[in-house]
Amino acid sequence: MTEFLTSTGAVAAFPEITLALSALALLMAGVFLKRTAYDLVNGLAILALAGVAVMVFLADTRATAFNGAFLADEFARVMKLLALLGAAVALILSTSYMKAHKLNHFEYPVLVLLATTGMMLMISANDLVSVYLGLELQSLALYVIAAFDRDNAKSSEAGLKYFVLGALSSGMLLYGASMIYGFTGTTSFPGIAAALANGEASLGLIFGLVFLIAGFAFKVSAVPFHMWTPDVYEGAPTPVTAFFAAAPKIAAMALFTRAMVAPFPSMTAEWQQIIVFISIASMALGSFAAIGQTNIKRLLAYSSIGNVGFALVGLAAGGEEGVKGVVLYMAIYLLTTLGSFACVLAMRNASGQQLEDVKDLAGLARSNKLLAFVFAMLMFSLAGIPPLAGFFAKYFVFMAAVKSGLWALAVIGVVTSVVGAFYYLRIVKVIYFDEPAAPFIPAAPEVKWVIALSGVFTLGFVLFPGPLLALAQAAARSLF
Amino acid sequence: MIAGLFFYLFAAVAVASAVMVITARNPVHSVLFLILTFFNAAGIFILLGAEFLAMILVVVYVGAVAVLFLFVVMMLDVDFVELRQGMLNYLPVGATVGFIVLFELVLVIGTWTLSPEALQAAAAPVATGLTNTEALGQILYTKYIFFFQIAGLILLVAMIGAIVLTLRHKQGVKRQNIADQNARSPATAIEIIKVKPGQGI
Repeated sequence: MTEFLTSTGAVAAFPEITLALSALALLMAGVFLKRTAYDLVNGLAILALAGVAVMVFLADTRATAFNGAFLADEFARVMKLLALLGAAVALILSTSYMKAHKLNHFEYPVLVLLATTGMMLMISANDLVSVYLGLELQSLALYVIAAFDRDNAKSSEAGLKYFVLGALSSGMLLYGASMIYGFTGTTSFPGIAAALANGEASLGLIFGLVFLIAGFAFKVSAVPFHMWTPDVYEGAPTPVTAFFAAAPKIAAMALFTRAMVAPFPSMTAEWQQIIVFISIASMALGSFAAIGQTNIKRLLAYSSIGNVGFALVGLAAGGEEGVKGVVLYMAIYLLTTLGSFACVLAMRNASGQQLEDVKDLAGLARSNKLLAFVFAMLMFSLAGIPPLAGFFAKYFVFMAAVKSGLWALAVIGVVTSVVGAFYYLRIVKVIYFDEPAAPFIPAAPEVKWVIALSGVFTLGFVLFPGPLLALAQAAARSLF
Repeated sequence: MIAGLFFYLFAAVAVASAVMVITARNPVHSVLFLILTFFNAAGIFILLGAEFLAMILVVVYVGAVAVLFLFVVMMLDVDFVELRQGMLNYLPVGATVGFIVLFELVLVIGTWTLSPEALQAAAAPVATGLTNTEALGQILYTKYIFFFQIAGLILLVAMIGAIVLTLRHKQGVKRQNIADQNARSPATAIEIIKVKPGQGI
């Protein structure tokens, strides 16, 4: 046993192994305890995520395992911590909602744990095969939880759409990966980089790269591969949507970044122009298409498409500065987005029904001052208004773009973020200046906590930006 | 000599039964011919020394896929005769397209040149004294243990997903309870009634 662990280097993957095993143990516990199991399994799943986060935090970095297919470095550590945080908060947010909607089946936390395992494998993937397997493990679990409210037509539709389009994107990704394998003779990232180090990139390889990027763009929901996002976000149960908007985005963006920077440093010019295009398209669509939305979940879906566009500005800029921008952007996006969805979860009318319309927020400032204030602050932050956290996220990616000479991209980014500010500010206007609609009933305690912490982060980031900046810097440095 | 003879036997039967798959009138016969095709393909694999692939073909394709087909064909009363109507009308167009593709393939493959290194890499000889199965097992559980385990987890997720999304606990379904059955004794199960002659119960 110990010989196996040292010879394969499995020690580096201890957090992932622990998470997978705890998912299996919780599955067993759920099966044998039946009806009463949801509370226990959900609590233990949150504990497991916290425990694994501690393991990730304490693990030594820069270790490879399984013949180089798995890489644990500083970048992976930071991104894994963010993904674990996203998953844990999503599980916390779902506790009351799932019970209120009779969705409290123990399989939900188990599937979230397995999806999170997939995300951690994606983040640490250092080989095209582990990229694909990690991605599939994550996606398959996500398809199921999108359709978790199986008696609801919208939720089933969301799951089915997500599944069909996700399978299509996986196919494209595999096709690209097979071409890259065919033209370099290896699937490992360092191997591909070494094979490309001397000599021109062939046309077939560029083809493969394009398909690979198309697959990743699907997973991060960047334009023109974003079509599934609004429908899936609207149809899935709200805490599941919060999870979709948070943790998988982190993992997919980490994978995207590593899969561009590590194996293709010699083809930067080729992939950079594609990223610039999808980044501009995502920012533009994210800001213009959101204007006409009346459903707040759809609106946040378009907002997340736009946010992915902004994060991709950092990747397009490339280099340490750019990757630092991506990490920081995703960290701030994660915390703001979780807070926004917690606010959406707090929108319940007197009969306990979940409200999803923007106009239901009308005059919230008069019935619930604190919720209105935090919601407004989160919207200001997403719009990128200083001194809130979202401003710094945008500042660092745009600075990276400017430093690497992508002036046009930075200018377009600023212009689209001004356009995007319109619909964020419209929500603030509805909250503060419209005639009050029926007041909401008090939110569940765990939702309140998430809203409060997210609000504190958004407002307080300007006072203590140091630790997060240092983490992002260290993460970016380890990739180069 | 013998191997060559068997190759032509398997190949001829495989092609003939493949033709029968698409021409047979009865869909059940089609599926049975499909199974025959798989068996012959497995035979060709054995001739090539790939006995593991041959076994997989029989176990997976014949054992699972083809039998599933058979179930589907027999359970969903699909009217294949109606589906096949108009086949003759489309035959000339289909045949033309098919011949053009065949011609192009011959052109492309005819001019294909392989570098000698590529041929050597493609041959990848199996270490002597090992069967296919052993050789695959030795790398699958050592070098590729990581991928193998994740693939297992993916299958587990698929299974959980299928159960979560489709299983419904119906009310009022009678299930067998073996403990209850075993706990029955003559005292609880039998009632003895003395019936007097001439009277009913």
